[in-house]
Amino acid sequence: MSMTSYIPNIVFAILLSLGIGYFVKNVKKLTRNIKLGRDVDVSDNKPQRWKNMARIALGQTKMVVRPIAGIMHIIVYVGFVIINIEVLEIIIDGILGTHRVFAPLGSIYDFLIGSFEILAFLVVVAVVVFWVRRNTIRLKRFFKPEMEGWPKKDGNLILYIELVLMGLFLTMNAADFQLQQLDAPHYVKAGAFPISQYIALLFQGLSIPTLILVERVAWWLHIVGILAFLNYLYYSKHLHILLAFPNTYYGKLKPQGAFSNVQSVTNEVKLMMDPSADPFAAPAEDDSAEPEKFGASDVMDLNWVQLLNAYTCTECGRCTSECPANQTGKKLSPRKIMMDTRDRLEEVGKNIDANKGKFVPDGKQLLDNYITKEELWACTTCNACVQACPISIDPLSIIVEMRRFLVMEQSAAPMELNNMMSNIENNGAPWPYNQMDRLNWVNE
Amino acid sequence: MNNMEIMAEVLQVRTMEEFMAQGIQPEILFWVGSAGSYDDRAKKISRAFVKILNRAKVDFAVLGPEESCTGDVAKRAGNEFLFQMQAMMNIEVLNGYEIKRIVTCDPHSFNTLKNEYPSLGGSYDVVHHTQYIKELIDAKRLTLEGQVYKEKRITFHDPCYLGRANSVYDAPRDIIKKTNANIVEMKRHKKTALCCGAGGAQMFKEPEKGDMDINILRTKDALETNPNIIATGCPYCNTMMTDGIKAHEKEDTIQVLDVAELIANSL
Repeated sequence: MSMTSYIPNIVFAILLSLGIGYFVKNVKKLTRNIKLGRDVDVSDNKPQRWKNMARIALGQTKMVVRPIAGIMHIIVYVGFVIINIEVLEIIIDGILGTHRVFAPLGSIYDFLIGSFEILAFLVVVAVVVFWVRRNTIRLKRFFKPEMEGWPKKDGNLILYIELVLMGLFLTMNAADFQLQQLDAPHYVKAGAFPISQYIALLFQGLSIPTLILVERVAWWLHIVGILAFLNYLYYSKHLHILLAFPNTYYGKLKPQGAFSNVQSVTNEVKLMMDPSADPFAAPAEDDSAEPEKFGASDVMDLNWVQLLNAYTCTECGRCTSECPANQTGKKLSPRKIMMDTRDRLEEVGKNIDANKGKFVPDGKQLLDNYITKEELWACTTCNACVQACPISIDPLSIIVEMRRFLVMEQSAAPMELNNMMSNIENNGAPWPYNQMDRLNWVNE
Repeated sequence: MNNMEIMAEVLQVRTMEEFMAQGIQPEILFWVGSAGSYDDRAKKISRAFVKILNRAKVDFAVLGPEESCTGDVAKRAGNEFLFQMQAMMNIEVLNGYEIKRIVTCDPHSFNTLKNEYPSLGGSYDVVHHTQYIKELIDAKRLTLEGQVYKEKRITFHDPCYLGRANSVYDAPRDIIKKTNANIVEMKRHKKTALCCGAGGAQMFKEPEKGDMDINILRTKDALETNPNIIATGCPYCNTMMTDGIKAHEKEDTIQVLDVAELIANSL
């Protein structure tokens, strides 16, 4: 073999390493950004966490709560996972210069390729249905204000890419099938082509060189497309295909109604209630340490699981469509809370990149610049958004964390709530009644 | 029997202080909650529940003036300081009396006592009154006469902090069935139930600008089942749904009752 015959292998190896290398770079950036969040202990109850991941992410149990979208999604998901076995063969072929290296598997190979084709066809059907839901039927949840611009484009772009990838896969197989029929050299007779044999009808009468050209072009575009798609993830809601797994693992295990107790507050309250504590004693801790801020006004004040949540959100809007505040025309949209958190986190990440690894205050924050007080105060903490999320995202925890900042750092609660809270402080009830009258109801 | 008769019945209620003075422990502590103590509508629910406890000869206590707000609403509003102050004070009282088991008619108190007090040093077996009533019926300590609501159409509105927050869906329905009523479910119920609009401290403030109040929407869900009675298990839901049927001008034909009242009226 001459040197020139290795050129495709070399080009392939370069493309592959570029594609994977750039992806790894993005994963590193993603991990760094998520780690900007506060630490939170999620090391407990590992068996339950694995179970949740298997059930919710792998098993898609919460997707089928909405049957049409759920079943269509499972088709695309199963198609994606299984067709990736074919990508393995493509990569080996690309590096070694072989063709259909798994062909010796015989009938197993036929079965595999046949299944990939049927799945690819089903994916095409599902993607068309998804497109119609987003663009023709115009489902309400895809047309909320936060979906304008990039999010809407992103949603459609993913569908187009999937359509093109499946199309290329089937075209490649169709040309291959035709070449096999013509006993073209190098094109080993292998695989079953339940779908692409019909596409092959279009290729009848084409010469072997033309067919090889079609097959090669489709093959190359397919793998380049996959590598490009891999690198598109970081910029897209489609990141959920990877992050859904860690996200469901780290998702909340406690009953949904259990909100976290803030440890720093516990320490202070214990000190206040301890009769033996000396209120004038110098603080035992290192004086230089800045006192921890209560609640969150920016992404760095959230914990890293909440930031992981933000990157995992696929903007499906099930949370928002179940939100009682949103249904009654309030500005609050739990999906927007997640999208804002991700957008701000990206902005902070870019700031760090531009300033040699250090965040330089930019006069902006998550509160007010992204999420308004009006949105935060509209929440009923009913947990409908948490329940609705198919991949264990908890928008409510972010809302509460930001309320904590408003109330404890800024005393910026609505006036009626301040009245309610001073009633609790003064007489142990949210209303202005005397605590000594607590038992009057018995004799009324 | 109607509510007037519940009110007329003399209720037996003893405080923890009285139990302590006699050196005995009650079976259970009834956590009345601020709404149950002060809100005119919720007080009737407290009375109905005590009637049930009396009828089942449950040896229960209340804290009376020693009870204070659980801090739930302060916590949801973001005031973690106030919440933890309230929690620590209550825990001191509860632990001082060596309380083991608590029952409450308020899902918010239920959730906070059950889920948020333990890490602050207060671990108790906490049950919602619908769960406790079911226990009493199952143990044959309580028998229902089952005539008053026979064949009545009752729809149950799941309180968020009982349902989604703590996955208690069956107990209230099981005991409503014991009244021989027909349960008619709203389209969204159990996990997908719509909030009444009062949670997260909304009870104490005006709603943000929108095109409808949440309780109006939720009452609409309930009215679609064409019910005789809307049942709830939460004093705040009760207020919201009661206001809701008034807004829909249905207050003359449809009642909003707590599950405890359904049971108390069926004894």
